[in-house]
Amino acid sequence: MEAAVFIAAAAVILVGAVGVVGSRNPVHSALFLIQTLLGAAVLFVLQDAHFLAAVQVVVYAGAIVILFLFVIMLLGVDRAMRLDIEPIAGQRPLAVIVGVALAAVLLTVTVVATGELTGVRRAAGERALDNGLSDVERLGRVLFSQYALAVQATAVLLTIAVVGAVVLTRRHGGHSGPSGEET
Amino acid sequence: MILAADPLLSGPVGLPEVLIVLLKVGAAFAFLLVSVMLMIWFERKLLGGMHQRMGPTIAGPWGVLQTLADGIKLFFKEDLIPDRSDRLVFKLAPYLSLVPAFLVFVIVPLGGDFAGGSGVVRWWGRDTYLQVADPPVGVLLFLAMSSVAVYGVMLAGWSSGSKYPLLGSVRASAQMVSYEAALGLAVAAVVLMAGSLSTHDMVLAQAGPGYFGIIPSWNIVLTGFVPFVVFAVAGTAELNRPPFDLVEAEQELVGGFHTEYSSIRFALFYLAEFMNTITMSAVIVTLFLGGPSGPVLIGAIDWAWGVIWFSVKLFAFLFGFVWMRATLPRFRYDQLMDLGWKLLIPLSLGWFLFLAALETGRDRGWNLAVVTVVTVAGFVLAGFLLAGALASARRGGDRFGPGGGGDDGDDGDDGDDGEPRDRVLEEAG
Repeated sequence: MEAAVFIAAAAVILVGAVGVVGSRNPVHSALFLIQTLLGAAVLFVLQDAHFLAAVQVVVYAGAIVILFLFVIMLLGVDRAMRLDIEPIAGQRPLAVIVGVALAAVLLTVTVVATGELTGVRRAAGERALDNGLSDVERLGRVLFSQYALAVQATAVLLTIAVVGAVVLTRRHGGHSGPSGEET
Repeated sequence: MILAADPLLSGPVGLPEVLIVLLKVGAAFAFLLVSVMLMIWFERKLLGGMHQRMGPTIAGPWGVLQTLADGIKLFFKEDLIPDRSDRLVFKLAPYLSLVPAFLVFVIVPLGGDFAGGSGVVRWWGRDTYLQVADPPVGVLLFLAMSSVAVYGVMLAGWSSGSKYPLLGSVRASAQMVSYEAALGLAVAAVVLMAGSLSTHDMVLAQAGPGYFGIIPSWNIVLTGFVPFVVFAVAGTAELNRPPFDLVEAEQELVGGFHTEYSSIRFALFYLAEFMNTITMSAVIVTLFLGGPSGPVLIGAIDWAWGVIWFSVKLFAFLFGFVWMRATLPRFRYDQLMDLGWKLLIPLSLGWFLFLAALETGRDRGWNLAVVTVVTVAGFVLAGFLLAGALASARRGGDRFGPGGGGDDGDDGDDGDDGEPRDRVLEEAG
């Protein structure tokens, strides 16, 4: 059962990933990216990480790719491109080399850390420890007790980023208007 | 695996369990489709009544089969695809609208006896909930699906390869993304009260005896009414229903994002729109009005009373949506954005903090009056700061107003011209 779901989700992810790189049209690339993200959400559910799956859909598929699409549509780059032109010389071979190297590093780390190719499932005894608590509750407890300071620092950082973005657009745009409020 | 909370699937899963799940899926699907059919008829009939006209009368008794007739007509109409459209995305978009509308309904508890039991029904010797799925992330699924639903609208407008649909879809997605924040904060207040994300647990938490025998212990009371109002307003905006229907403002945009759609593809958008109205009402009922909880008045089948109470509450909201459509004029775009960003989000965030402070106070045994006074003082301070920031932003805007910013020679550009004039008018009035 688990293997079947994994294979199906992996196929969806792989098709999406290839589609992101291979599409001529940037909007199609963004759509394939959503497919990849949704497939990854299924994998999270398979690992009992329900909250992570929901956040994946809400934040990545629901907000970030929407932003990508807005930028693509409003900048007017939403038409098909010729893929045989290389804007940066040597980019493609370099991309292949870096990709293969990254995969090799990840695999090495997994094998060294766990001794297996796909990682290990948690033991049954370990699972019994969090019995009765959902992953949302466990995550909340850890974040708001052990890592409370880090959470608050992140919140402050995000607020500063938002304020900074608003200030920058206002100074740059010259006049305030409804466009400044959509950031 | 995702259904772990349902007692049906906690044991070994055999053929009977699978059949029960299939039965529930089929029943929920049928309930939703029949409701949509009746809702479209009901809306047209009620609007007719409020406009002093008849509404549909021909097909079936009181015109109740009008939707079916319209559906058959649309199905046999010619399916047009514009030449400049992106064919693949154009065909995909209606389904991206329809599927999330269906999926949200999965987490809505439709029935069960919550007053006497714990909402569990026993069918053929097996315990189960009267909802299709009760995932641990519960109401987050609703938020996730409402953010996925933006894609249908956005891509429909873009892929049409035409100006008005694009304008409509940009408006629609900006509106939906903006109001999602307020929606999420209102949901957070409910989650705080229920202590769980699961919709079943939320209904169970609201099924208590209540106060003084008449006030039910629903979240609308427990969260102090404000999150309910915020959710109802933001939900209406999320649905693009009047008075927030700028998305398809006929006078400005022809028909909004689905202008170029015809035949069955248009019918799918239409279906998704009404389906979303029903699921949003169902979610409001679940979150704030106790879902299917209610007393068992007479009879032996106690779970059926849950279905009846749920339907009654649902109907009240559907009536409210139609009533609003017949009563309220449409918002202007800047009013819409002001309402969302400057009123609803600060209000729901502040109220959420207030509820959290009260909960903490109750937990630690603080004096709740002091907690309230301190929080209200904080609100007043924050309100002044916000008002000050808005005022200074308006002044700052004037510095670059007419004549500034280098756009004075730019007489061809309508968008840049309109804004300074608006501001002058605002100050004069």
